This record gives sequence, structure tokens and C-alpha cells, in this order.
Amino acid sequence: MRHLVESAFTATILTLLFAPASSFAQAPATKKAWTPPRTPDGQPDLQGVWTNNTVTPLERPKGLGAKEFYNESELAAAIEKERKRLGQAEEEGRGTEPGTAADVHYDFSQFGLDRAQANLAWNRRTSIIVGPEGLIPPLTPEALKRRAERRARVKGHEFDGAESLSLSARCIARPNVGPPLLPAAYNSNLQIVQAAGYVVIESEMIHDARMIPTDGRPHLDKNIKQWMGDSVGHWEGNTLVVDTTNFTELNPYVDAQNLHVVERLTRVDADTVLYQFTVEDPGMWTKPWSGELAMTRLQGQIYEYACHEANYGLANTLSGARATEAEAAKNAAAGRK
Amino acid sequence: MVLAGVLSMAAMPAWSQTSAYRAPRTADGKPNLNGIWQANNTADWNLQGHAAGQGPVAELGAVFAIPPGLSVVEGDEIPYLPAAAVKQKENRANWVKMDPEVKCFLPGVPRATYLPYPFQIVQSRENIMIAYEYAGAVRVINMGAPTKAPADSWMGWSNGHWEGETLVVDVTSQNEDTWFDRAGDFHSDALHVVERYTPRNADILNYEATIEDTKVFSRPWKISMPLYRRVEKNARLLEYKCPEFTEEILYGHLRKKGSK
Repeated sequence: MRHLVESAFTATILTLLFAPASSFAQAPATKKAWTPPRTPDGQPDLQGVWTNNTVTPLERPKGLGAKEFYNESELAAAIEKERKRLGQAEEEGRGTEPGTAADVHYDFSQFGLDRAQANLAWNRRTSIIVGPEGLIPPLTPEALKRRAERRARVKGHEFDGAESLSLSARCIARPNVGPPLLPAAYNSNLQIVQAAGYVVIESEMIHDARMIPTDGRPHLDKNIKQWMGDSVGHWEGNTLVVDTTNFTELNPYVDAQNLHVVERLTRVDADTVLYQFTVEDPGMWTKPWSGELAMTRLQGQIYEYACHEANYGLANTLSGARATEAEAAKNAAAGRK
Repeated sequence: MVLAGVLSMAAMPAWSQTSAYRAPRTADGKPNLNGIWQANNTADWNLQGHAAGQGPVAELGAVFAIPPGLSVVEGDEIPYLPAAAVKQKENRANWVKMDPEVKCFLPGVPRATYLPYPFQIVQSRENIMIAYEYAGAVRVINMGAPTKAPADSWMGWSNGHWEGETLVVDVTSQNEDTWFDRAGDFHSDALHVVERYTPRNADILNYEATIEDTKVFSRPWKISMPLYRRVEKNARLLEYKCPEFTEEILYGHLRKKGSK
């Protein structure tokens, strides 16, 4: 089902490049200072087309404990293993059994849908989330209660109508676009454009242009909630700091009610932007959590991801649910005879 | 003599008087078009001159009736080929069902410019982004050597250059699925649009679009209108992610019976 509901796209032609491992393979703390170019009006220049495509998981895999970095030989082995795994025809190397419903999906070796075909920024981190735990902290008791109540409410109604489906399936928002900006399974591409007083981060999916004023203005009134929140930014040396509030309760973290995200974007070399973020909502998580990853320059362009305009996935999902119900009703009637 | 002078001034198009205006410059010396802009007319209802009319939903009364408006088309004539003129009438008669704006589809160019929502120009040295509030539509105008579209798309392919004070944008490779207005005015995939954005004063741009499509029109034609800066101190482009508002019309027939 996941493949069906995420199938709404018309332009997923990717720049198919096998990139050499980025210089970001070193831990960022060990990078030498590098002076970024400036825009004509003197801002550090973050512009270009970038990808945050990575195979580093958001949370640290079990068994690695407090190990935050791989050493060089462990990284080389991990790269080799990932390339092999991702290069398989199946989605991310997970096999499915022919003839089963699970086997109905894209051929992930095509159209750049397997991540190994696009630029990948390798780094030594064992997880995007930093720190000794490398995990999203536990939910607070009140958040657990909200979650349980919501799940009870929607149980049995997962396919009632369009509004029952995920925001991605509805072409409204993709949680990975956040903020914070996290990689997706494919098309993890974005473009940064700067003018005096504004930085724009446009994510390819779903042509979401986040307009970030850097002129010191305050956030929007707090009663204006937006799917991607409200971002305002300022410069700290070479770093763009973006502060985002005014989120809805549904994106990017369902049930978060007072989400606050701070992002830091720093160009660390010609082809790399270091992206760091902190997420907090005292009513949601027991403590704030932070992560970092690399954005790597993409020699290509952002394509138009017209999602809603050809959302056959949504229609097919609902249509399938209605057919399943009709079939069940027919079988039940036959059973009664 | 004095009277004749006044008369000849009055006969001149309004903005030829302002052609000498020199816009403030960006740091790299180009006319500075940065800002949030919006048309203030009824062109999205009908590019041509139109009287007020009953809206499509009678229950909404005067809230959603069609406001009257002057033509933005030069000569007030859209030169349809005969078959296209028939198609336009059909579109118009069925616009609520057929207009891509009703479905929250990406609007294409030039319609994106005069939809009743603001848009923001973000001008860098290498390219100029225009982000539209409606449907979160966005396009990036390449200001370098002209490039060719890799494929047709809803917002098309934009190559720009400066002619003095004017930003000239050549737009090609738009698909055939967008319209010009709610009156059924349409085009094919052969659409070629040349836009001209010329600062008239600090807070107004003159906008012109020349429209060419040999499959639909017998000759090129032109629209023009002023675009006004949203001068509110806290002006912002907000989210108008409208797919949500179209789910009932697009998928309502697939809803589980009795679920809402």
C-alpha cells in the first residue's frame, strides 16, 4: 500500500550521478575554517542546487550504543555494504515474494529511485541525531495520551476518505521537508536562492518554497498556523540561523503542539553545506533533540514535482478500499445464504 | 496651445509618461524588483471586459458573484481560430467543472501573475525566483545563457534577460492543461509567452505578456496591467496549499458511504 499512496509524481527524473564520497566524510568538527563566497550584497552564499540524500539513519541502529562515529575503515565497509544493498532492484534491498501484494511496487533500480544512483554525502556519523543516545527522546506522558486518543479515533477509518490518508499521499506536505529538512527515499533535492533580506529554500517535493526573511522581523501572529510553520532567519558569522514556529499539530510531527525548530546552515566547502538542527516541544518530548547532516552540491536542477495534479495514488487507494469493502460485503452475504 | 498640449498628453498611454523612471538597483547593479506584488483587477475572472454577473453558487449571493472589470487585452479581442473559439465557449459554459484553478492545479504563466493572490520576486545574481501564494507555485527564471526545457511542465521553462529597466522573460514548454482565466480562455502546448516587467515607480511594475500559440490563435496578442507592491510593513507570502480544499470535488465519490 505504501508504494501506491506515494506514487503521486510526474517529474522524478533525477540527475543520475555516481558521486565520489564527499569531503564531508570527516567529522565536521575537524574541518578547517573555510571562507565561503559572498553574494553581491555581502551575505555568505548558500545558493545552488543541493541534495541531503544520505544513507545515515535518523536514529542510531541498535547495538551501536553510544558510538557516534565510525572510524575510516568502518566507514569504508559501510559504504561498500550500502552500495551493494541499494544497488539491488528491490526497494532499499528488501526482497519481496513474487506474486504477493507486497511485490507490487516500483522497480527501484529505475528512475533514480534507489538512493545509490544519486549523490550521496557519506559521513562518519552513525546517525543523523547527535549525542550519546542518537535517538528521538521518549514522548511525555501527555503526548502518549494524545497519541493513544488519536489512534483510537481513527482506528477502522484509515481509508474512509481523502482526509484519512497521510499528508504526503494527499500532496499537502511531506514530513521530511519539515523543517527540519531530512532526506527522503528519493528526490531529496533542494535549491537555495538568496536576495537582500530573504533566503528561500525550495524543496523539490512538493515544490515547497520556504520564504525566510532575514531582516529581523518577528514571527507571524501565533493564530496563523502553517504546515511548514513560519520561518525567520538571521546570520551569525557565516551561518544562517533559521527559527521556525507556528506549526500545525499534524506536520511534520503529528501531535506536537508547540513545536520549535532551529536550523543552522553553514557552507563548509565549495560543494557542502553543513546542516544542523534542534527540535523541541516540551509537551511532546522529554527533552530537545538535535541532528546534523551534509547537503551536497548537485550538478543538475530542480524539476517541477507536480504532485496533486496527477494524484492517481490517492484515488486508487480509496477506490481499492471501496472494492475491498464491496468484496467483503459480498462474501458475508454469500456466507449467510 | 496650452489646451492642445494637455489633450495630447491625455491621449498618451498612461505609462509612457513614466518610461524615464529608473528603479533602485540591487548590489550587482540590476533594477531591483524584489518584493511582494499583486495584481488588483478582475483579469482572473475574464481577461476581456465584462459586466458583473451571477456567481456559480447561488447560495453565496453577493459574496461570490462575478465582479465587473475592464479588459486587460490589447484591443479587447482574443484572436481565436474558428475551432478554438468553439472550444473556448464550451470551456466557459462548463468552467466550474473544467477550470484547473477550481482543482488547485498549478496555474501556468501568465495566469499565475493575476490570480487574486500575492507573489514574491526573489532576485539573485544567477536567477530570479518567483514564488506564488496560490498552490505554492514556484518558478526559477534562468538569467544566464538561455537553456532548453528538459520536458513540458505546468509552470513552463523561463529564460530571462534585462532590456534597460525591463525584465524580459521568455516562457516555453508549458503543458496544455492550464487556462488563462475563469472564462474558459485556453491555449495548447505550443504556447509561447514573453513577459515584460518594468518598474513604473517604487511600488508599481508595469506587466505585459505577449501570447503566441499557432494552434489556438490566428496572431500573437497582448495583455497588460499594473502590479502593485504589497506595502504593508509585515507583508508576507503565506501558505495557500489548496489540494485539501479540492478533495471533496476530486475524491468525494470514492468516500466510504456515511463516513462524513
